[in-house]
Amino acid sequence: MHDTPHDPTQTKRPDLPLLELFLGFAKISVTGFGMILPWARRLIVEDKKWLTADEFNETYSLAQFLPGPNVVNMSVVFGSRMRGPAGAAVALLGLIGPPALIATALSALYAIYGDVDVLRRILTGIAAAAIGLMIAVIVKMAEPLLRKLLAPAPLVLIATFLTVGVARWPLVSTLLVLAPASIALAFWWQRR
Amino acid sequence: MKASDPLIVLASHFALLSLFAIGGANAAIPEMYRIAVQLEGWLTDQQFSDLFAIAQVTPGPNVIITTLIGYQVAGITGALVATAAMVGPTCIATYFITKVWDRFRDAPLRIAIQLGLVPVSIGLLAASAWIMALTTDSTWIAAGITVVSASVGYFSRLNPLWVFAIAAIMGAIGLI
Repeated sequence: MHDTPHDPTQTKRPDLPLLELFLGFAKISVTGFGMILPWARRLIVEDKKWLTADEFNETYSLAQFLPGPNVVNMSVVFGSRMRGPAGAAVALLGLIGPPALIATALSALYAIYGDVDVLRRILTGIAAAAIGLMIAVIVKMAEPLLRKLLAPAPLVLIATFLTVGVARWPLVSTLLVLAPASIALAFWWQRR
Repeated sequence: MKASDPLIVLASHFALLSLFAIGGANAAIPEMYRIAVQLEGWLTDQQFSDLFAIAQVTPGPNVIITTLIGYQVAGITGALVATAAMVGPTCIATYFITKVWDRFRDAPLRIAIQLGLVPVSIGLLAASAWIMALTTDSTWIAAGITVVSASVGYFSRLNPLWVFAIAAIMGAIGLI
């Protein structure tokens, strides 16, 4: 849990121009390769000082718990706290717009050159490396959970991996069972 | 309902998926694979793996893989529809949950929800890595690149772009 002395709803800044908010998130998105979070933190906390470190953690922990892309959620949480609905929309557009344009251009190139053998092999190399980096992040995230062998969390992690990853059960129906079960176990575990 | 228009199929799949992508777009990769390759037959194994690679080298959030899948299915309109469907519902939900969330910061149920969803999200990421490894690492060299970059990612703070660059060069000179 992130305990902060700040009330996050107090971070509202009506004087923050919408254009600056848009450009800030556009900058985060085009500089953020791979893990975008470090770039978001650098701009929001260190460069622009829109949030303190604690406020940033609190905002991110909320975005992380919500379904959907984390940093995208964070742009909505942050934008809406700063400038209401308009702020949320502007931050989201800044974050999604530029990479969506770049990705569309790359897709068009892939549609033309996707069969070229060299490109295929380059992409396979990059995908193989990306999977490795993903595994590293997963291990780092799982470590604090796996240390508590008796808690329900490691079992839930393994059950999710086996059902969705190995057995390839459909995500929606599987999560409709697993997520409430995990929340109930966490609730019970805390009460014990 | 039997909708045959690919745009409607795209939109409904991704809109539903976005609400269950606990842990971000990468956690939703098993389901994207199931939909795009196994269920709808939009992409081959190889194409899915290629799009995953392109998404990794595109700057910005990982959700961009939905833009790429959408483009392959229905061109620029498909790219826009898939992206909007993947971010729309969850952003609207986020906007409203933010307000409720702040009010219940210390409620035991809220804490249990947060604690309970963390292992689910990590389990989904692990499932993604497993499925992508099975799809991509069809040669020993590719599997080796995965193992080496996992160690580099775990033990060092090297910029991922370097890892991608070296892996791309190995592919280009025909090692994979």
